[in-house]
Formats: sequence, C-alpha cells, structure tokens
Amino acid sequence: MPAINSPPARSQARMSMAWIGIVPFAVFALLFLLLPTGFLVVGAFQDAAGNFTFTNIVHLFQPTILSAYWISFEISAASALGGALLGFMLAWAVVLGGLPKWLRPTLMTFCGVASNFAGLPLAFAFLATLGRTGLVTAFLSQAFDINIYRSGFNILSFWGLALTYLYFQIPLMVLILTPALDGLKTEWREASSILGATRRQYWTHIALPILWPSLLGTTLLLFANSFGAIATAYGLTGSSLNIVTILLYAQIRGDVLHDQNLGYALALGMILITGLSNAAYIVLRTRSERWLQ
Amino acid sequence: MKSERIGAWIALLIGASYFIIPLIATFEFSLRIKRGQYSFEAYRIVFSDPRFQATFLYSTIVAVATIVVGVMLVVPTAYWLQLRLPRLRPYVEFITLLPLVIPAIVLVFGYLRMYNSSSWLPMTANPTSTNVLLTFGYVTLALPYMYRAVDTGLRTIDVRRLTEAAQILGARWPTILFRVIFPNIRSAILSGAFLTFAIVIGEFTLASLLDRPAFGPYLQLVGANRAYEPSALAIIAFLVTWACMGLIQLFARDRTLATS
Repeated sequence: MPAINSPPARSQARMSMAWIGIVPFAVFALLFLLLPTGFLVVGAFQDAAGNFTFTNIVHLFQPTILSAYWISFEISAASALGGALLGFMLAWAVVLGGLPKWLRPTLMTFCGVASNFAGLPLAFAFLATLGRTGLVTAFLSQAFDINIYRSGFNILSFWGLALTYLYFQIPLMVLILTPALDGLKTEWREASSILGATRRQYWTHIALPILWPSLLGTTLLLFANSFGAIATAYGLTGSSLNIVTILLYAQIRGDVLHDQNLGYALALGMILITGLSNAAYIVLRTRSERWLQ
Repeated sequence: MKSERIGAWIALLIGASYFIIPLIATFEFSLRIKRGQYSFEAYRIVFSDPRFQATFLYSTIVAVATIVVGVMLVVPTAYWLQLRLPRLRPYVEFITLLPLVIPAIVLVFGYLRMYNSSSWLPMTANPTSTNVLLTFGYVTLALPYMYRAVDTGLRTIDVRRLTEAAQILGARWPTILFRVIFPNIRSAILSGAFLTFAIVIGEFTLASLLDRPAFGPYLQLVGANRAYEPSALAIIAFLVTWACMGLIQLFARDRTLATS
C-alpha cells in the first residue's frame, strides 16, 4: 500500500489507523512516567483515608521542611550561577577568544564526559581533593600554610556541595551555550566597529541583549539540574545535610516523617520548582532562537 | 585583540584546572593505601571484591536491557511520528523531556506507591518483576537522551522516500524498520545507547530505593566504609564514562549527537 499521496478521505481513514503506531509509547509513558507522578500529585491533596485536604500542603510550612527547601534552593542557585559564569567564560574563550583550533573539540569532548560524571563517584573525587586529607587541602597547608578547614571550609557543607556540583554544571553550560555563541554573526561585530562602537559597547548593546535569553535560560536549567540531584550529596554528606532530596529519600526509607501524604506533598513541591524553572528555560530558549539560527 | 586572547587563556586555565585537579587528586589518593609508598593495591582490592564483580555485572546487564527496551520503544515511535503523525511530534517530544523535570527520586517514589505488593500491579513483589521495573525506570530516565539522539538521526535521512522505496519493493513494516531505518540511523542509535549506558551504570537513587544489587548502591556502601577504595572506584567510573563518550564520538562523526 504505497499510496502516500492519497485523496483526503482515505488519508482521514489512515490517520485514525495511524494512532495505533504510537500506542506502545503512550502506554509506556502513562505507566512509568505520567501515572506514578500523577499518583503523588493527587496524593499530596489527600489524607491517609483518601479524603480531599490541604493539610499536607500546610504541613510543608514547618521549619525543618522549609529549611530543607531553602538550603536546596541556595545550593542550586549558587551552583547554577557559578556554573553559568564559569561556563560562559569557558565557552567564550574557545568560540571567540582566538585560541588554537584544536582546543575546542578537546574541551567539548571533556565537557561531554564531565557533565555525565556525577553521582557518587563525583563525591568520592571531591573528598579526595578537598576532604580533610585531600590533595588540595594538603597542598594548601604545606605550600601556603593555609588550613582551609580551620578557616571554616568543609567539603561536607553547603559550599563544599556547591563547589562539587560545579563539576557537572560548568560543562553543561559550555555544551548548551557554545551553539548560541556560534550564532553571534561576525557581521554584527564588524558593523558595530565600523560605526565606531567600542568592544564594551558591542557587548552591552548587541551581544548580551541577544544572548541573555540563552544565558538566563541555561542558568535555570542548571538550577533544576542540581535541585533534583541526590546521589552526589548523599555520597558526600551521608544523610547529614538537610536538603529536600535527602529528606525525601529518608522519608521513602521510612526514617523520619512517618507520614506518607506529607511525602507526596514534598515531591509535589519539588516537581513545581523544577517544572517552573524548566518551563522558563523553554520559553527563553524559544526567544533566543529568533536570533540564533 | 591581544588582551582578549590573554583573557581567553586565563578562562581556559581556570576551567581546565577545575576539571583536571580533582582527577589528579583522586588518582593520587587512590594510590596512597600503603603507608609511605604508591601502589595499585586499592584497585587490586576493588577488582578482586566479588561484590564489585557481581554488582558491576548486574548493572551492565540492566544497562543493556535498558538500551534494548529503549531502542525498541523510541525508534519505531519516532519513525512513525515523522512518517504519519507529524502533528503529534511536539506533544511526544514534550513527554520525552519530562524526566528532566521530574527528579528521579520523585519518579521512584511514585513507582513504590503505585506498584507495591498490595497494588493492582505488584511489580515490587518479587526480584524478577522488580528488575523489570528498574529497567523500565531507567528507560524513562534515558528517554530524553535516547529520543533526541534518534529524532536528530531521523531528521538527517529522508524517511518518507526510504519507506516508499522499500514498500514498492514489497517490504513489510518489520523489514522496513529493521533493515532500512535502523541501519540508516545506526550512529544515532549508538550515541543514545552509550549515553544510556553512562547514565545507568552508576545510578544510585532508583537501584537503592528499589533495593536492587546494582553498582550504585555498592559504591555507596564502599564510600561509607572505606578510605582509599572509593577514589579507586571514582577513577574506574570516570574511565567508564570516558569510554562511553569516546565511543559516541567515534560513531557520531556526522554531528547527529545530542549530548545536550
């Protein structure tokens, strides 16, 4: 039945049959993505007996949970901003910085590896680097007599975790931003310099206004990326750091909250936060594609 | 122009040290197990640990199963959408991106509630069905990467014309899929496959909460109880990730790869 250019009536009939082709995917997505998530979302508004209630949502506003959300928020924001800044600098360096050509593919391959090198091994690597007996810690104290632990640093703390997350945040930023920087046409720069603009004026009036949706959007993506992360944090601090993912992990394991439906609400809060930042990313991405084709 | 280049070198230097110093430190640390001398003793201990072998093998098998299920699910779907249901593509694409929005821990929480032993579909009731659930969970986690790789691959070939040609020659749907479409987007499928492997092999959250003897929970156990072995394991994990990415580069010279 090779008739691709069939008359409308027949293609209508075909259309209805064509649905069958994506049934396996639809069933899979429903069973292992949409329904399990929906179950939690609905459960967040129910009590143990299944009656409708806002109690779980109200219970989210108790100090321990609020502070877990807040610390997660801060760590994600710090690692997203740091990753965005350093990633932007790196991407700029290889795209527009006039470096040798071979550096770019090398860096991109490395970024591919590093952005996927997360979880527990990453935690181990940073313990070996900045832990109490880590190489950098020892080097700093021997060479410069700086004991970072005595001056308040701890790899098992907020800043330690944010610093560790940067290891996969920076490469992710580089990977996503490089195409955007490639999209900056040399003509724009030439035109602006012919019209007498300085480099600073070129960046503030042309390049950054074009790039900002990409920059902000990718930063939001990095934020969501670290907000949902757990393995690195767990490997680094065990369950001692009070962030949302670790709290939820403990709740699932049945250690702390003893309240199933509160757990659902906890999950709902996470989906809302990562969902909003991803939605904003998509909106900003569409905006940036206007210029950077 | 000159000052710009110096700035670029400085940025690169900062970035490169951020990547490389932890690796050097981890490697150095992994050699320190014997007092006063460097040795590969930590690696020897790790490799000869039967639990390392068992968990690594388990995760490898799950990863391969995930790739097979993922490919069989994604390729026909993406193909069919491109050929017959282009209007539905944005919706399916949106669904495939959802695992990036829904954190893995939330997903597995949903599984545990929906498929527990007293539910309508008790998938966590016995080890075999839990293995299946774990595999399906990983297929879900890998969906954004797999779908994007395959979809990008399909865009580079003329799906419609290839299908028509095959149909004129009398091919049926399975023949078209497996002997025409698959070989034509082989590099895209392999990209998705290796990326999936890199994601699955050390995954912790799902394996741990579903209580499966995978490599991720083993890493956690060693990390909590040993000093030098974890850094040896980190180096091994890094090499595995590196190998996956290297293979992707090898197979995807035509830039059909979507690592982003």
